Amino acid sequence: MGFLIENFGAIFFFLVAALTVAGAVGVVTLRNPVHAALALLETFVMVAILFILRHAEFLAAVQVLVYAGGIMVLYLFVIMLVKVKDLRAEDAFLLNIAPLAVLGGVLLGALLAAGILLGTMAAGDGAVAALQTIGDETVGNTEAVGWLLFTKFLVPFEVVSVVLLVAMIGAIVFGRRDAALSGPGEGVEP
Amino acid sequence: MWVDLIVIGVKLAFGLVVLLTTVPIMVWVERRGSALIQDRLGPNRVGPLGLFQPIVDVVKLLAKEVITPAGVRPLLYILAPAIAVIVALSTFIAIPIGKDSGLELFGHAVNGFIVAPDLNIGLLYVFAIASFGVYPLLLAGWSSDNKYALLGGVRASAQAISYEIAMIIAIVGVLMSSGTLRLQQIVDAQSGVWMGFLPHWNVFSQPIGALIFMVAVFAETNRLPFDLPEADAELVAGYHTEYSSIRFAAFYMSEYLHMTVAASLVTVLFLGGWNLPWIDIPFEGWAGALLSMGVFGIKVATLLWFFVWVRWTLPRFRYDQLMALGWKVMVPLAVLNFLWVGVAMALGYM
Repeated sequence: MGFLIENFGAIFFFLVAALTVAGAVGVVTLRNPVHAALALLETFVMVAILFILRHAEFLAAVQVLVYAGGIMVLYLFVIMLVKVKDLRAEDAFLLNIAPLAVLGGVLLGALLAAGILLGTMAAGDGAVAALQTIGDETVGNTEAVGWLLFTKFLVPFEVVSVVLLVAMIGAIVFGRRDAALSGPGEGVEP
Repeated sequence: MWVDLIVIGVKLAFGLVVLLTTVPIMVWVERRGSALIQDRLGPNRVGPLGLFQPIVDVVKLLAKEVITPAGVRPLLYILAPAIAVIVALSTFIAIPIGKDSGLELFGHAVNGFIVAPDLNIGLLYVFAIASFGVYPLLLAGWSSDNKYALLGGVRASAQAISYEIAMIIAIVGVLMSSGTLRLQQIVDAQSGVWMGFLPHWNVFSQPIGALIFMVAVFAETNRLPFDLPEADAELVAGYHTEYSSIRFAAFYMSEYLHMTVAASLVTVLFLGGWNLPWIDIPFEGWAGALLSMGVFGIKVATLLWFFVWVRWTLPRFRYDQLMALGWKVMVPLAVLNFLWVGVAMALGYM
């Protein structure tokens, strides 16, 4: 009992981390697209809890708001519009590219691991405190993230905004091309 | 330590009782109100003015057989109504319902009439949890193995996404003018007068934002004129077509819980919480706390009546009208409100 109370934080972390990974595994192994999407939702929520464990409440709230409340609802909308069937066993093509996919996954994993390792070695444990402070003053996570975004990371932030805008305009162009081809009065207006 | 837990427990129990009590009252108000608007009598046989009708309704729903149709996906089918109630209840814990002037309970600070007082992301928390509100509809629609239910679920998802954007842009104005995510401080920022004569409520300083938020709230709570996921004229009962007995009751209950939470949120964000117009009451002591809760309650009750009033007055939108209104009118207007607040703050009006 004493052991449980002393290490409660660590136990909770490993539980949440295990559930995160379990959700991610579920996304790729579950046969039913809706179930896979729900597994992804579970992963998002667990990542939000990991953020809270690091006292990054703002990131956690935004994670849930954007990914669970927005993106996953859109995914489910699309999945439910197409006729949902459980996937059949992979055909020969998928089986042939499986080794390449595994190789790609391993490479990506190695890159990510190296990035995280180097990143934490460079930043040390202070990176966590940086999520709560502006200069030397301790403020909330919201203020600290806002401050960092509009000072140190202003240029990357704006670049990302422009990239997203380009993607959005691209989506609109693609969406409207078919409408324009089919002539006025068909598909242009909703 | 233990006193902490007891105080939180008392607050939780209080919030739960208040929130759950509004459900039967609102069912009664809705049925009698609709009768009033349509020049009928409404339920008037059970108890004085039909006041005990909701109790009879609940007994009827509980006593009915729980039917699980063949072909449903059992886990999601059973989870969906449970999630609906959980989401509706857990949004309420971040909403302050009264003024705390340093009161003590069992020799321990009450710390505000809010279950989670130290939540520095209060508003974001509410919206993050509330954004789960569409999942029960989606899951119920999909797991029911019924084409009407599925259509209701698909509609719910598209509608929730479309109106959430306008809603969140509309509250950015409130965040800018009050400079905090804590709902208690947002209420405090709305005391006093604005421009010399108007109450300093956000509904006066940001009328467009308040209007957009109110309309979006109707859409997010799936109330008429935005009840497309249910649309009983075309989809039988929409997403809950295949639900009966206690599971249907859970959906029914969550609708009214969502309404109460939404009305509280509108009160906090735009109607000045417990602040009275022009009169500056310090709300000292327990009497003051009760008075502030009373003021808050009156505002919420008025808004809830507004919900009922609108439902029985307006017809349902067509689906394309709903989407056109959401994207072509609400979002641009919400951005306009956002610009207005920025300009007004830069010029020192706010």
